[in-house]
Amino acid sequence: MADIDIDKHTGTATTGHEWDGIKELNTPLPRWWILTFYACIIWAVGYWFVYPSWPLAQSYLPGLMGYSSRANVAVELSKLEAIRGDKMVALATAPLADIEKDPALLALARAKGKVVFGDNCAACHGSGATGAKGFPNLNDDDWLWGGTLDQIMQTIQFGARSGNDKGHEGQMLAFGQSGTLTKDQIVTVANYVRSLSGLSTRQGVDLAAGKTIFTENCTVCHGDNAKGNQELGAPNLTDKIWLYGSDEATIIETVTNGRAGVMPAWTDRLDLATIKAMAVYVHSLGGGK
Amino acid sequence: MNQALNSKRITLGEGGLTVVFALTALLCVYAAINALDSAFAFHTALGAAVSFWAVFAIITRYRGRSALPPQEIDGRPNYNFGPVKFCSFMAMFWGIAGFTVGLLIASQLAFPALNFDLQWTSFGRLRPLHTSAVVFAFGGNVLLATSFYVVQKTSRARLAGDLAPWVVAIGYNFFILIAGTGYLLGVTQSKEYAEPEWYSDLLLTVVWVTYLLVFLATLMKRKEPHIFVANWFYLAFIITIAVLHLGNNPAVPVSFLGSKSYIAWGGVQDAMFQWWYGHNAVGFFLTAGFLAIMYYFIPKRAERPIYSYRLSIIHFWALIFLYIWAGPHHLHYTALPDWTQTLGMTFSIMLWMPSWGGMINGLMTLSGAWDKLRTDPVLRMMVVSVAFYGMSTFEGPMMSIKVVNSLSHYTDWTIGHVHSGALGWVGFVSFGALYCLVPWVWNRKQLYSLRLVNWHFWIATLGIVLYISAMWVSGILQGLMWRAYTSLGFLEYSFIETVEAMHPFYIIRAAGGGLFLIGSLIMAYNLWMTVRVGETSEAQPRVALQAAE
Repeated sequence: MADIDIDKHTGTATTGHEWDGIKELNTPLPRWWILTFYACIIWAVGYWFVYPSWPLAQSYLPGLMGYSSRANVAVELSKLEAIRGDKMVALATAPLADIEKDPALLALARAKGKVVFGDNCAACHGSGATGAKGFPNLNDDDWLWGGTLDQIMQTIQFGARSGNDKGHEGQMLAFGQSGTLTKDQIVTVANYVRSLSGLSTRQGVDLAAGKTIFTENCTVCHGDNAKGNQELGAPNLTDKIWLYGSDEATIIETVTNGRAGVMPAWTDRLDLATIKAMAVYVHSLGGGK
Repeated sequence: MNQALNSKRITLGEGGLTVVFALTALLCVYAAINALDSAFAFHTALGAAVSFWAVFAIITRYRGRSALPPQEIDGRPNYNFGPVKFCSFMAMFWGIAGFTVGLLIASQLAFPALNFDLQWTSFGRLRPLHTSAVVFAFGGNVLLATSFYVVQKTSRARLAGDLAPWVVAIGYNFFILIAGTGYLLGVTQSKEYAEPEWYSDLLLTVVWVTYLLVFLATLMKRKEPHIFVANWFYLAFIITIAVLHLGNNPAVPVSFLGSKSYIAWGGVQDAMFQWWYGHNAVGFFLTAGFLAIMYYFIPKRAERPIYSYRLSIIHFWALIFLYIWAGPHHLHYTALPDWTQTLGMTFSIMLWMPSWGGMINGLMTLSGAWDKLRTDPVLRMMVVSVAFYGMSTFEGPMMSIKVVNSLSHYTDWTIGHVHSGALGWVGFVSFGALYCLVPWVWNRKQLYSLRLVNWHFWIATLGIVLYISAMWVSGILQGLMWRAYTSLGFLEYSFIETVEAMHPFYIIRAAGGGLFLIGSLIMAYNLWMTVRVGETSEAQPRVALQAAE
């Protein structure tokens, strides 16, 4: 141990070793450091006696508190059961129409419906159910497939164009792709459709001709007065509510290529009580009939 | 040792490696032709190309060389800085690549359209690319470069092996290339921080064992009576990473001609192995390895003796012993048994002071040299890194407490915690070390510009502060939103509502990451100019620095 010297700044001795010019001071362990370290160790050892800790051959040291996270979950679940247990059963069994008549049941259904909506529906319809392009707003009173409680329930259960046998069928045809209408005819009828909602039309477009085209091709589904048909999911074209957009280009695209948006069938993914709660929730958003 | 007098003979290493690489090349060609999936064909083709190149390079070098490089010249060690230079360069390269990908995925979280609807640029593939690029590619090359430098200087001995250090340096970077391109092509075994598939794992095993042997052999021929503290930490890092890698990765390939394999462990045991590995990758790769860097570069740069030898011994052994137990705190409130969670938590708490021992030794080494922080931005960077180390090694044990964890788990708080360690500690201590190392190994008087280091320091510090404070706020907000219940016991917020609430913080986080990236670009320019136009230092081998008075 050669070369032990005293560091001038700290007055501490070095260890006498040197590597590439680096020396080490022989400073003792900081007192607060070692005491805190001991305190942590003592706390940890104490904790092992209180909570489940070291493994044994067949089991483990259970600890004095009898702590078990599994038991804690059971306690939490039983608390939940106490809050809403009977009402959940009632929700599952009550006829749909009766739910809204019972204030407690209604509150439960709406609370549950909101959560389920957030997890399952919000991705397309938005967390406020305000919709997006191609995904209907559920707050207004404009319904593609009907806005009564039963109709909403039906749509949630089986969907639209979902592949489910009981799902809604019917779609907007592709008049341009199929050659039924020429490009000029589509521009004309698109402007006519805009005029139904009082929107401006392109100069020089013959709206009378547009009406003729509409009558010959569109009224089958959208109705003589263009107010739509919920049996077919054909939207009302006079209410200034647009699923895909009201500008001329979008309407031309819709008439040319058709539309067939999909609402999935939830009957295989969610249980009946959950779907009922969701139907009540959607019905209560403001537009329910 | 008088290799200088040796007549030129082919060494065992040259001959042996030529044969090994030739056989590997043939094996890779066979595998590439018969591969079951295109990613495996691509990787084995790369393997064949690199193996052929290695054969060619070894033969060319043999024909061009006279005798082997001597161990000493005029009684001074003839240090081998080639692999140090190579790994320093690669560290800077991978660092910028990794930070850039990080910025991209941070932006994707704020603006999902930046996924570009392409499988190769989707978040799921770029996220492991980011983590591996910054941890293993950037951090790994910094560790290789500094460990090869420090072990030579503090042992006063040339790096052991003639070709072996190059096998480590190039082999490791080839592993990174295979792993990284694999992620982009969808090759993954889906274990966090251990995503590379079985063949990459085998490659890394060979490279890592070679690394261990080179390091040990250099230590064994040291001219100093004792082993320097940094080398304890490097050795602990190298050995433990080998153990973790082997423990976490045993897998059965579906075919030896395809990339897919299945991990031998299953269920909760697999989860436990995974986090034993994952946590100690942080502990031994990002902590022990970088503490080694701190123990050499801070006293060296500050020109002060290390504060306490006793503390270094005690905190080293305490850290090594306690860290390995703490993994279960990643699995609180899961299928992991309660007793295992308790042990993980209590060992994490006991780990607090051993971690802080490193911080004390790093900071207190500055006593007598605090004034240098005003004038030397490189030293300032390293000291701030130690402060970040102290902060995140307090935050870590705190987050391991189950009550805290029930709020923080799965939230952005964890991301913030990781980045205060990764950007603040690992990033800054690496930058500081590279700022020291590049002038030393390229034999330059000084850095091209200390002003640019200063800019780097402040821009990156601002970036880190933005990053971690955004993640703290968003993480705690997220945790509180997730656990909010209505009086009927339903969740108050849907998941998508919590995502909407995160949006502004994701933008701030991306901005912070962007600043950190800009800082690293300034650094790369500065280092490049140091090597290109820096004045050569005339004092040939660096004279040992005297302790400041």
